[in-house]
Parts: sequence; C-alpha cells; structure tokens
Amino acid sequence: MSATTTTAPAGRDSRMDGSERWIQTLRDITGGSAMISVLAVLFALVVGAILIAFTNERVQETAGYFFSRPTDLLRAVWDAVAGAYSALFQGSIYNFRATNFLTAIRPLTETLTFATPLIAAGLGVGLAFRVGMFNIGGRGQMLIAAGAAGWVAFAVELPAGIHLIVAILAGLLGGAIWGGIVGLLKARTGAHEVIVTIMLNFVALYLIQFLLRTPGALQAPGSNNPKTPAMAATAVFPDLFGPRYNLHAGFLTVVAATIFVWWLLSRSNLGFQFRAVGQNPSAARVAGINVKNVYLYAMAISGALVGLAGINQVLGTVTTGFGSGIDAGIGFDAITVALLGRSKPWGIFAAGILFGAFKAGGFAMQAAEGVPIDIVVVVQALIVLFIAAPPLVRAMFHLPTPGTSRKPKIRAVKTRQTNEVVAK
Amino acid sequence: MKLELRGITKRFGALVANNNISLTVESGEIHALLGENGAGKSTLMNVLYGLYNAEEGDILLDDVVQKFAGPGDAMNAGIGMVHQHFMLVPVFTVAENVVLGHEQTTFGGRLDLSAARAKVREISDRFGFDIDPDALIEDLPVGVQQRVEIIKALSQDAKVLVFDEPTAVLTPQETDELMIIMRQLAESGTSIVFITHKLREVRAVADRITVIRLGTVVGEASPTATNAELASLMVGRAVELTVHKNAPELRGTALSVKNLSVIDSRNQIVVNSVSFDVQAGEVLAIAGVQGNGQTELTEALLGLQQHVTGLIELDGKPLRGYSVRHILDSGVGFVPEDRTEDGLIADFSIAENLMLDRSSGAPFVKAGNLQLGFRAQFAAEKIAEFDIRSQGSEMEAGRLSGGNQQKVVLARELSRELRLFVAAQPTRGLDVGSIEFVHTRIIETRDSGIPVIVVSTELDEVVALADRIAVMYRGEIVGIVPGNTPRATLGLMMAGEHAPATESGL
Repeated sequence: MSATTTTAPAGRDSRMDGSERWIQTLRDITGGSAMISVLAVLFALVVGAILIAFTNERVQETAGYFFSRPTDLLRAVWDAVAGAYSALFQGSIYNFRATNFLTAIRPLTETLTFATPLIAAGLGVGLAFRVGMFNIGGRGQMLIAAGAAGWVAFAVELPAGIHLIVAILAGLLGGAIWGGIVGLLKARTGAHEVIVTIMLNFVALYLIQFLLRTPGALQAPGSNNPKTPAMAATAVFPDLFGPRYNLHAGFLTVVAATIFVWWLLSRSNLGFQFRAVGQNPSAARVAGINVKNVYLYAMAISGALVGLAGINQVLGTVTTGFGSGIDAGIGFDAITVALLGRSKPWGIFAAGILFGAFKAGGFAMQAAEGVPIDIVVVVQALIVLFIAAPPLVRAMFHLPTPGTSRKPKIRAVKTRQTNEVVAK
Repeated sequence: MKLELRGITKRFGALVANNNISLTVESGEIHALLGENGAGKSTLMNVLYGLYNAEEGDILLDDVVQKFAGPGDAMNAGIGMVHQHFMLVPVFTVAENVVLGHEQTTFGGRLDLSAARAKVREISDRFGFDIDPDALIEDLPVGVQQRVEIIKALSQDAKVLVFDEPTAVLTPQETDELMIIMRQLAESGTSIVFITHKLREVRAVADRITVIRLGTVVGEASPTATNAELASLMVGRAVELTVHKNAPELRGTALSVKNLSVIDSRNQIVVNSVSFDVQAGEVLAIAGVQGNGQTELTEALLGLQQHVTGLIELDGKPLRGYSVRHILDSGVGFVPEDRTEDGLIADFSIAENLMLDRSSGAPFVKAGNLQLGFRAQFAAEKIAEFDIRSQGSEMEAGRLSGGNQQKVVLARELSRELRLFVAAQPTRGLDVGSIEFVHTRIIETRDSGIPVIVVSTELDEVVALADRIAVMYRGEIVGIVPGNTPRATLGLMMAGEHAPATESGL
C-alpha cells in the first residue's frame, strides 16, 4: 500500500511533464501554416514523379544509352510522369476522353464518394487534435459504428426515412461510446489516449469478428461467412444524382458534420472550452473549466464523427453486407487528412477531397498507365512526413521559423510604445 | 582578470536586443548590471558566455580579443556562470555535480571522485563554505545549492563570474551571506558581473553600476546613488516605489481560514494547519521565500488542490471541497502566480482570454453560442480601461509584453462581481511602470471593500501593499504582524524565527 501511494504520485508528475511536451509537439505538428500543407503536397508529388520515372520500363531502357541519345530518356521520363499524373487527374476530376459531360464528370463524383468517409473521420481526429489528444482509434470507432448502424439497417424494420435516421443515430452513438470510453479513462485514471485507442482498436476488431461469426448477431442467416446480410433498402443512403453515379446522400451528412464542427469550434462555448484545454490545460483548469469533462465530451464527439465514416461505409458505399475489413484503413488515413487540413474543419474537408481524389485517380492511373497504386500510398505517406517535419519543409523552402519571425516584430512594436511613453 | 565588452550589438531579426554596449570589469571588481526585465541583460551575458554570437563588437579578456563558439570556449577562457535556475542534478552528490561535464577518470574509465571531493573541500575551505562533498543536492537548502554552483564555476578556474539574478530564490539572510561571499571572491581577484533588478542589493555590494534600458547603456552610477536615482535611470522616468494608500476601512471578517492543511501529490504536508482571517477592505500579504507553501495555500483557496483539510469560509459560506467553477462563481478573483502557465492561453486572443473564466454562461454565452459582438465590445472597453498596449482585441495574448499580459489577467478577474481577491506574485517579472499600475489596482480593490490576499516573495511589495503581513515558513504561518513591521523582523520571520510580539489568532 505504501509503495503504491509513494510511486503513484511520482508517476503522475512525470506523466504531467510528458503530456505537456506531447501537447507542445502535437501543437507544432497540427498548427503549421496552410503554406506548409500546400508545399508538402507539391513536394510529395515531385518525389512521386521521381519514383514513377524510376519504375518505368521505358525510362530504364533509355537510361542504358543515355549518353548517345539523352533526349530519349528525357522524353521517356516526361511521358511516364505526365501520363501517370494525367491519368490521376482524369480518374479523379474530369475525364477528357469521355463522349459527353455526364460521363466526363463521373470521376469527380467518385472522388467525392471516396472523400466522404475520409472527411468524417478526419473531422473526428482533427477535433481531438484541437483538444490536445491524438485519436488513433479510428478503426475501432468505425467498426463499432458500422456494426451498430448496420445491425439497425438489416435487422430492424422501420418505415423509409425514419429507418435511415435511426440507423445513423445508432452508429453515431456506437462511435461516441467507443470514443467516450477513451475520454473517460483519460479523465478518471490518466490513461494515455494513444495507448487506449490502439488497444480499443483490437477490442473492436475482435468483437466485430466474433459477432460476425455468431448467428443471430451480425452474421447473415444461412451463411458461414463472417459477413452481414445486405442492408434494407429503407436504411440506405439514396443516390444523389441517380444510379449513374456512386455518390450518395452520405456526402451531405459529411457537409453537415463539417459545418457542425466549424460551429462547435469557433462559435460555441463548448468548443471554446475544448480549444482552451487543447492549448493550455492548466490555465483552463484555473479558469474553472472542468478539464476532465472536456476530455470525455471531446472524445465522445470525436468518436461519433469517426463513427460517421463507418456509417457512410455500410449505408452508402458497401450496402450489400460487410465484413470486419469495412474500415478499409480510413481511420488511419484520417490522421493524415486531419494533419493536412491543419485540424480546421474546412481544411479537413479540402484535404479529404484531395485524398479521395488520390484514391479515385490511383485506380485509373494503374489501369491506364500501369503505374502501381502504391505510388499513391507513397505520396500520401510523404505528405505526412513533410507535415510532421515542418522544420524540414521550412529548411527546404527557406521559410522563416514561426517563433523567430514573430517575436522581433512584437518586441519592436513594444519598444516603440515604450519610447512613446518615455517621450510623453 | 579584466573583462571588457566593446560595442556589443546583438540583433534578433528587427529587434536590437543589445545596441553597442560597452562594459569594463576590472580584476577584483563587482560590477552590477542593472536593468528591468527585458532590458537585454541576459542577452548580453549569453553573448559573453558564448551562447549567442554578437553581430558586432568584441569580448576582451586581459586585453586579448576572444572568439567563443560555445559555452565550452567561454569556460576554458575563464568565464563562469551562476545561473538563476540552478543547473544541478538533484540526485547527484555535490562532488558529482561539480565534476559533471569535466569528469576526470582513472584507469578503466572509472570516475575519479576522490579528486572531485578534494577539490570541493579545497574550494569550500578557501571561502569558508561548510559543504559536504557527498551530500545529495536535493537534500541541500537553496542557498547551499547556489554555493555548489559557485564551487562548480570556480573548479573550472573561472576568473570572471557572472551571477544571473542570484537572489531571486534566497531569503534575506541568505542574500546577505551571498553578498559576503561575493566580496570574498572579489578580494581574491575574481571579477564579478552581478545581474539584478533589485536596487538595494546593488547598492550594498557593487563597486560600479551599469544601467541598461532597452538594449542600450543608459548610464553608469556609483553605489552611493539613491534608489530613486537608480530607478529613474532604469525606467527612464522618476518612479515611486511606494504606493499611496489610506488607512484601511475595515468592514468585518469576510474570509476565515481555520486549520487548513494541504497534502501534495508526493504525500508531503505542504501547508500545515494554517489559520487566518481577512477583513473586507484590508490587504493581507502572505510573505515568505518561494516554496514555503504559499502557492499551495492559494491553490487550496481556489479549489485547485486535491487533498485539503480544515475550514475555508467566505462570508459564512464554506468553500472547501467545491469545484473551481463554484468557487469562482462565489466571487473569488484569482491572479495566478505563473501567468503564462495558469493565467493566460498564449494562442488565444485578448478577447478570448478576457472571457476565459466565464465560458459557461451569460453574458458571454447564450444557448451554447458565443456572443462574439458582446465579447469584442467588452474587450475594447477593458483594453481602454486597463491601458493594455496591443494591436486590438484580436491580438494573441502570447505576443503581449509581460506587463500587458498581467493587465489582461487583472482586467478579467476584476471585471467580475468579487467578494474576495487573491493575487499571487502579481508583479513578478514586470517593469516598474506595470508594477505601479498593478499596485494601484490592488489598493483600489481593497478600498472598494473587498478583502484582498497578496502573496509575494518581494519584501518591497509586501511592505508597500500590506495592512497586515502573514509570514509563511515551511508550510506554517510563523506569525501575523502589522504592515509597518520593520524589514529586519520580517526577514528573520521568513527564515523561520517567530516574531517577538506575534499578533496571534487574528
């Protein structure tokens, strides 16, 4: 007993120091300027171009006789890179080769379809960032939300419209609970959210896998596959522009979620408290803000937003029944999206669409030019690298360090004012 | 060794931190560098210590120009530094700390600690320090730790010693002892640069005084100069060090604290059965050296401490055991000790900081929505009322100067309906102009009939503000004495000795 009472506080203190440092680093990474985000994307695309050129067979061939006919190599490099990026563009935004506008614009709707869950999950992760927490539990929150929404969608019979709303609410609740557990543990016991979210990912995965193998739970009746039955038509997001496109009404929920998060963070008092705790938890505490409750609410809302991604997967994208891979890694991509969007709602919206475009265009690029889709993954990874290493990007582009560029300016102002006082 | 700085200019971007500063410290001289916080003293010393490279100017030791690439070069050249925050490893012994970074090893890479012990003994004998080389740093009082820093510098054969705000953490008695040590060092030929903003100490010990303001040398003075002369050099205008106040108008006991104890996260009793009353309309100052339980006491009043026993009553209503929110809503205004850590959110705008402790209801919030129009108007009013020098209410608080940051905190706390005002170290790190402003506000608050508690480690501040003074030592109140108690008595009480005639129970 005495051992625990003496070691526990000491551990608590060191954790406090550690978490302060952690919050500072988080702030540095998530608080970069928009310029950093844009440059990171551009630079990642340049490195991607180099990789495309290197892996292109024609480039390799022509490199063999570079010194006799260098133009061959340069043309091959140009053809490979331009071809790949043109295919990426045509596969994600606008297809020039299509015969009419309605077909030509289809890639853009594909991009938005892919972007839908990424934006939702990105908003969840970004919100947690703003409160100074790192939510890596996207996978678990998505799976639980998908399970809850999916179960309501195939097992409950309700009139059209109401059925969809109930399914969405069930999913949001599932995500909120799964995220809320993390907030509760952090608030009550001081458990670090990174550890807890990672662990809860596994708990959720195996829970869903178990339910998918249990007849009467999530498993489709009369089947041995770990897969649910198809969603009832009354609970599925309607197509936005008819059956010609995959884009469904789930995109509207994401637009609504973005507006909600914007309101929450910049117009509501709860968001004010969120940001206060995220920036300086001790000042927030002294100002009478209940920091523990803020952690709980923030993680619950974050979990619900990530859950919205899971809901969109099962009620919009894959309505024929899902397995335990339904999260499709979106919970992790969401971290990148939130970083790229600098944890700002509309930034995340834009970043989600960019990543949706990468996904949609990546397939086209592979089909049309034979460029492996992994290049897209590499580009995404490089974006994270460049954002998480702002000093690197700054050094590469000779941008000023935020701290040094600011301080002198203010001090100069201050000095001027003090001089005025003296002059008076 | 003679130290000479010639035309040192150090810029940070557009800011000129040091502008053509020249300074000569003769061998065996104590040269005081006097200036407000932010005047450029520390920058100058960091240039001297090789931490910064000056754009212009030279450093000369015995008339030889030096080039320092880092602190290592400076140390090898004979410059030692006693930092304000000690650079000691708490779980190491004195001897281990002294050799840290310059460890001598014997065969097989083993530490030669006996040589280190001998060195510590030799130096402490030379100056009459009583220091056990095998004592752990964490067991030593602050004043002794500082001596270890001095020994550490001397063990590197420092001929020029820089003391950076050395008295900030010391009791008056320890300060006096430090002065004697500095004298001894100077007599043995060491040149000393003594950085401070405390006028009394400068006059007590310095041979020569150089005053720095806004990065330039504004004048040299001799120790015979009066406080007022030095202060006006420092701030560029005549300042008053005393606060004008009338006798307190007492309006009955408002805050009553009985047998209050606080146990910290390490299970130590940091506040031990403290009892006092504060009347409406008076200032009770809590004096004492940093770290004697004052911080925990104020935090306990605000509900920020976990394990508190005893009784806290404000206007007859109990406060102990309630949330910070409840206590703030009961009318307690609080200026925290560490304004950048606990008082403000640096990335928030001035307007946002002004509503920080009222984020859950009217007038700043209606139905969950922030009232941005009201907030902007409120901020504009407070910026004008409290003379907060800024570029508007949307400027980030972190970009304000320390004095203006403190004005933001004061504006926020004093704009609520108060029944008790607690100000912890309200003027720490502020320039003289801001100190005057803060003191005036505190006295105005008192005169409006609000009980005020001021916690301060600065004796000048305590004496200037207090109607009564409670002195804390090791978690206990040594005594509560009238505001006009002589400094010598207060100094003895701060070292734990009971006052001859303690006003008990009041």
